[in-house]
Amino acid sequence: MIALERVTKRFGSWTAVDAVSMTVEEGEFLVLVGPSGSGKSTLLRMMNRLIAPDSGIIRVDGADIAGLPPEALRRRMGYVIQSVGLFPHWTVERNIATVPDLLGWPRARVRDRVTELLELLKLDPRRFRTAYPHQLSGGQQQRVGVARALAAEPRVLLMDEPFSALDPITRGALQGEMAAIHRGTGTTIVFVTHDMDEALALADRVAVMDHGRLVQCAPPLAILTDPASGMVRDLVGREEWGLKRLAVETVARRVRPEPAIPPIPGPPVSSATPLHRALSEMVARGADRLPVVDGEGRPAGVLHLADLVRDPSAPPPVSPPVSPPVSPPVSP
Amino acid sequence: MLTHGSPPSPGAGEGHVRNRVALLLALVGVAAALALPFLGFAPNRLLSGKPVPLWDVLHAAPASAWTALLPGVLLLAAPFLPPSRPVLTASAVAGGLFTAGLVWLAGTHAGTLAATASPAARTSFGAGFWVLAATGLLAMADALRRLHLGAWTGAWVRFAAGGAVAGLVALELAAGRLDQLSILKEYANRSDVFADAVLRHGALVLAALLPTLLIGVPLGILAQRSPRVGRLVFPVLNLVQTIPSIALFGLLMAPLAALATLLPGLGISGVGPVPAVIALTVYSLLPITRNMAVGLEGVPDDVRQAARGMGMTPRQIFLRVELPLALPVFLTGLRVTLVQAVGLAAVAALIGAGGLGAIMFQGLFANALDLVLLGAVPVILLAVAADALLTLAVALTAGNRDRAMTGGASA
Repeated sequence: MIALERVTKRFGSWTAVDAVSMTVEEGEFLVLVGPSGSGKSTLLRMMNRLIAPDSGIIRVDGADIAGLPPEALRRRMGYVIQSVGLFPHWTVERNIATVPDLLGWPRARVRDRVTELLELLKLDPRRFRTAYPHQLSGGQQQRVGVARALAAEPRVLLMDEPFSALDPITRGALQGEMAAIHRGTGTTIVFVTHDMDEALALADRVAVMDHGRLVQCAPPLAILTDPASGMVRDLVGREEWGLKRLAVETVARRVRPEPAIPPIPGPPVSSATPLHRALSEMVARGADRLPVVDGEGRPAGVLHLADLVRDPSAPPPVSPPVSPPVSPPVSP
Repeated sequence: MLTHGSPPSPGAGEGHVRNRVALLLALVGVAAALALPFLGFAPNRLLSGKPVPLWDVLHAAPASAWTALLPGVLLLAAPFLPPSRPVLTASAVAGGLFTAGLVWLAGTHAGTLAATASPAARTSFGAGFWVLAATGLLAMADALRRLHLGAWTGAWVRFAAGGAVAGLVALELAAGRLDQLSILKEYANRSDVFADAVLRHGALVLAALLPTLLIGVPLGILAQRSPRVGRLVFPVLNLVQTIPSIALFGLLMAPLAALATLLPGLGISGVGPVPAVIALTVYSLLPITRNMAVGLEGVPDDVRQAARGMGMTPRQIFLRVELPLALPVFLTGLRVTLVQAVGLAAVAALIGAGGLGAIMFQGLFANALDLVLLGAVPVILLAVAADALLTLAVALTAGNRDRAMTGGASA
């Protein structure tokens, strides 16, 4: 979908992005994570030509974007920024319709699309369609910002720290919304954040950047179990490492398909529950077993505490994070 | 735009004063009515008048004239009434009616005096009239402000209220009730030149406005985009503003006269409308240029960034996002420019540009105060009308959007 080849960008003597090569697969949720100044935002902004690289090639669907008209390219890619940037003189409806209007969609189609998007982002169309941005809360504004980016059905959505300015509860809700939208639409998403927990929760693959370099690009579990460097390990955080490790897997991975005999008291947990929640549940109930049900509520087996501590399907135990095996940076 | 006055003081128990502004206006009004002459009466236009206090006017007036001042009773009571919606609405209406009533009363009394005096005798407004009329208008403005109507409705209501008072006075004029006032006697003497002067005055202002916009708007845009241009332009324009207008008119005479002798065919001359329009343009450039630049500067960066990221072309960003967002601030600059130009155009009469200033200066040199008023009152009305129209336009363009955008740069 998007392929970067040795992309470099310098601002004066400072190298913001240093020879980064990577690919974003069709339908993938890729999260760029790194400390501030690591070049992740610059890299994102080069993907829709808001910034021009000094060297290297960026291809979208095989075409070098340097040869495409920048406006046409940007209209094909949704773009969400941290400060939202809604147009204060336009209603919510007109804000969301920005790109469809630029593309000259017929009026009725734009209207239907706005209704659809407001509902998708859980904003009541009757209440919000004619509202102005300043009448909205921060979370509602960013919901409109996401709707505006999705309006013209882009195949790629670029998101630059979209939820960093929101309070934790609103952020959590919007993260859930994004995961659902990604599952529902299959849109390719490139998402920038400095929050590793956000990255681990949302990503199909996490791309860790540091000082303009791509340090590691791997699925969340691999980032946790096999960090490419001390910097990645620091970013993940040494504290509560085990809980984070559990958080990237669901109950379905560790459940034993056996009947609950003897019967286990208490309500069952869903197989889609992240494992750290299941552990928390065990601690709260004082139980070492939990009954598990699948998505339709049918019994799916039993989750054992022992299986949380050691993954039954992975014979060699996970190396502790203190002395990980030294492995070269993973680059695709 | 609106400054919120002192909140209704909860502890004003002793006197039950609910509205201190209204109380102040009422006290000033009563003092003016008692101590200052309402009208002046002179045997002819050159002698200074004998003061006529309000009491004499009311004494001589028919009973019907008293009703014209009835709204004043409500204005006296208003400070002690609860600031409810009906009370404030009634106070606003009373303020307007009171002012219109004062004009009517003055006109009526001038008619009474004229019946027994020589045709050369003059009845002119006295200090008491001006102060009372002002308290009426201020009471109206204060009551409207306390209604807290919101930016959009408030602007419309203020505009309509001002228009209503002007309309009432216009009706009195049309009905001939004011014909015996000295200012209208002066008008009768000069009705032929008066209309020309008003048109000429307006033409001077508009003739200066066109080049101002053609230069100032692009200059403002340029100054905002390039700080270097801004650093060059604004000190120069600021310096120009500090030159006294008469000096600037004088300064322009010599080079233009020289130009006129070099190029006789172009109709340029050192005196007359050409230097006046040039000077007005130069003065008007600062508010237009500055507010254009400040308005664009006020467009939030994230909004610009989002517009670019959405795939708007630079032209679309400017026309659809930056310009509409800068418009309220720009219109504020246009308002300042127009009001300033209407006033400055009066001074331009000194270099032979004509207009209402010519009438004012004739009156000044002839020591005929009423003639000065005949020139000055329309200048004030023109300025007030321009101000009201543009204030309304600012409120309409700022409309429902973020108020923070519009507060910035009124001069």
